[in-house]
Amino acid sequence: MYAKFLIPVLCLLAQPVWAQTLSQTLSNGLKVIVKEDRRAPVAVSQLWYKVGSIDEQTGKSGLSHALEHMMFKGTPSVPSGEFSRRVAALGGQNNAYTDRSETVYYEHIAAANLPEVLKLEADRMRNLNFSNRDFLNEMNVIREERRQRTEDSAAGKMWEQVFLSSFTLPAMRASVIGYMQDLHTLKAADLRSWYKQFYAPNNAVLVIVGDVDARATLQTVENLFGNIPAKPLPKRNHLAAEPAERAPAYAETESAVTHRPLVALSFRVPALKQTSERLPYALDVLSDILAGHSSSRLDSRLVRGKQMLLSADTSYDMLSREMPLFSITAMPSENVSPQAALNALRAEIRDIAEHGVSEDELKRVKAWSAAAEVYEKDEMSAQADMMGRLEIRGFSYTDEAEIRRRLQQVSTDDVQQAAKLLTERRSSTVIVFPARQ
Amino acid sequence: MKSFILAAALLPAAAFADINIQRWHTPQGTQVLLVERHENPIVDVEISFKGAGSVFNPDSSTQTAEFTAALLTDGTKSLDEEAFNRRSNDIAADIASSSGQETATVSLRSLSQSTNLTAALALLNESLTAPRFDAAVFARRKQQAVTALKQRETTPDFTAERMFTRLIYPHHPYGNSANITVAGLEKVSLDDIRAFHRSRYAKNNAVIAIVGDVTRIQAEKLAAAALDGLPDTTQTDSRIAPVDKPQARTSEMPFAGEQAHIVLGMPLIQRNDPDYYALVAGNYILGGGGFDSRLMKKLRDEKGYTYGVYSILEPASQAGPLRIEYSTQKKNARASLANARSVIETFIAQGPTEEELKQAKANIVGGFPLRFDSNAKLVKYLSLIGVYNLPDDYLQRYPEAVSKLTVQQIKDAWRRRVNLSDFSTVVVGAE
Repeated sequence: MYAKFLIPVLCLLAQPVWAQTLSQTLSNGLKVIVKEDRRAPVAVSQLWYKVGSIDEQTGKSGLSHALEHMMFKGTPSVPSGEFSRRVAALGGQNNAYTDRSETVYYEHIAAANLPEVLKLEADRMRNLNFSNRDFLNEMNVIREERRQRTEDSAAGKMWEQVFLSSFTLPAMRASVIGYMQDLHTLKAADLRSWYKQFYAPNNAVLVIVGDVDARATLQTVENLFGNIPAKPLPKRNHLAAEPAERAPAYAETESAVTHRPLVALSFRVPALKQTSERLPYALDVLSDILAGHSSSRLDSRLVRGKQMLLSADTSYDMLSREMPLFSITAMPSENVSPQAALNALRAEIRDIAEHGVSEDELKRVKAWSAAAEVYEKDEMSAQADMMGRLEIRGFSYTDEAEIRRRLQQVSTDDVQQAAKLLTERRSSTVIVFPARQ
Repeated sequence: MKSFILAAALLPAAAFADINIQRWHTPQGTQVLLVERHENPIVDVEISFKGAGSVFNPDSSTQTAEFTAALLTDGTKSLDEEAFNRRSNDIAADIASSSGQETATVSLRSLSQSTNLTAALALLNESLTAPRFDAAVFARRKQQAVTALKQRETTPDFTAERMFTRLIYPHHPYGNSANITVAGLEKVSLDDIRAFHRSRYAKNNAVIAIVGDVTRIQAEKLAAAALDGLPDTTQTDSRIAPVDKPQARTSEMPFAGEQAHIVLGMPLIQRNDPDYYALVAGNYILGGGGFDSRLMKKLRDEKGYTYGVYSILEPASQAGPLRIEYSTQKKNARASLANARSVIETFIAQGPTEEELKQAKANIVGGFPLRFDSNAKLVKYLSLIGVYNLPDDYLQRYPEAVSKLTVQQIKDAWRRRVNLSDFSTVVVGAE
């Protein structure tokens, strides 16, 4: 019935819809990637800075994120609040986020207005000049953000505990938003100095996807950013000091606003360093076998079969710059204790370590990951995310195809090896109990 | 900088002329809307059943509509739950079902190549026409729904929104979804669910939205195949009574945690409301426009009370809510609420400034293409156009209508329609 489709698709692929991707590093070190995608008259711009919470020092947690807020508070030519107002007036949407290893500013806009947005980004890359009054008010906002997302959120509490219990290096332990006590003591001068150190073209990657001419856009970027001087960059924190194996860690809290407890079982595992490695791909596939889709093991066996969990999820970012965690998080069902839930999760890992997985399960995961590549093309920002993340984490955006190819080559043996890596000596366990009334 | 704003205002007419919606009715009365997009080999389908949402629950204290929709994708007569899941995952098809207020929806995302799409469509059809409604699965769903409800009751936003809906729709079926209780969940039976499915899922109340790599001819076959085997006509009435004039009510609840969560507003806007665009543009200026909005400027940028405050309009067949919502630490609850009320009162009394309206138009009109720049977003708009019988050129008319608004029209609409003394208020975490 649908056999006819294949032909028009193949014809269209030859046309310049996904026309080309061009990349250039300006003489000041700014890496620029422009991908043409002509399906709608819009464009996405993402400016990635290589600085995040893992770059911070004791007592100054939350610095990178606080600076992200202040980036909207003005330059001499674009006063406080004007950045967002101007992007909105251009019909655009904009925002920013801070993560452990990067800070990202993004705009989504009619393609014709892209040059104006880039001009604003170039301006605040070197001319940020916020007032002390704006700083003091914004710290109130950030403390409210922390109350909302961490203090009053059971999942927020859980993730804060996961990093606290999994690592010993202060910069690896602290959550991105920072400890509340630090949010009371950070100074405007700390943020200004952080900006001077890390916000430079040679510490940034600019990714653009959209209905643009790649060559002309590279020229626009050169015109707007090319004269911003490069800076000597500070040495980043040395994060490799922690050995993967040590005594198992355990933490619990009794302070969360929640009906059911939450549990997290995390393991210190390797990140992908070279595209030729095997284990990180296998860990990624293992993560999907456990919880990547509705017939994955945790869903079919523990949420549905034994009905021990209300929900379960896994996370593993093989592109981490620092040592990543392979985490399994779950909410136990009524009358199931957190310990019983944790034991059930451990049993699922042990089962794969001892008996492996079936070819059918592996095939299913690969079918999903092949389709996901196509589904992701529906959204320009998903395409930009992938390219930006690769670049900022030490790879090239051109590595995407090779990484996807190697994910498709993972074998059942590889998955079994990955499960064997998840030992007690790499683990940390967190239980978040409901607050006592 | 002025020139940018002009450029943005000039852009849209040209930018959207190319959304070509093909729309037809099948002989059985199914409405189908299609936008062909052949660049990417995927297909998104969304099937909405009018009259199958929570408003139409036979007993307003139960969750029959919600359970019916959920169970559709939990196995079929020929495939038990696990087999159904395995088959859809084998072909990487995303099949999901959910119940909203007025409609229930089943959606599919699939690769467009025939091996995938044909199999995905067969599963979709089975879930609509031959759902398993398995007793053991239902028992588990119920148990999980009870735990999930207890869990959501510990989150301040859910608790506040549920109470707000109860306050503004005390006797109207728009309040049904907020009547969720453990007792109500436990009262639903499989017989209720089978009866609801039999009487409310049919060809004549279905709206099928399709976006992606299919031709018109393929889409016609797809639409027929998806519903093949459903009854031709629904056996029930899906009209909704008008909403009573709002009466202000207040609820203050103690709550654990550091913040208070605050919701205020009233029933206000219909999908075919004559004041639709004046209310939408005014809402952007009051609290819908993010950092452009008066509420955000006052409560976040000036006072530092909150991480974010938003006002939202939810148009429906009858009056849907205007809702203003934010969190703040408990000790600031009263002061922030006084500030919010004063911002709202001033806006209703004075209307927007010329400058504010210019900014709102620039954003709504200039940003319109972003609302459907992916297939996933566009299919939602097609569903909306179909379910509410909006015109084929709705996506062109919307920005045109907004660009013609005057300050006086907005001021007039808000003064006639919105009155702060009609607002209900919920404070979860009151001290």
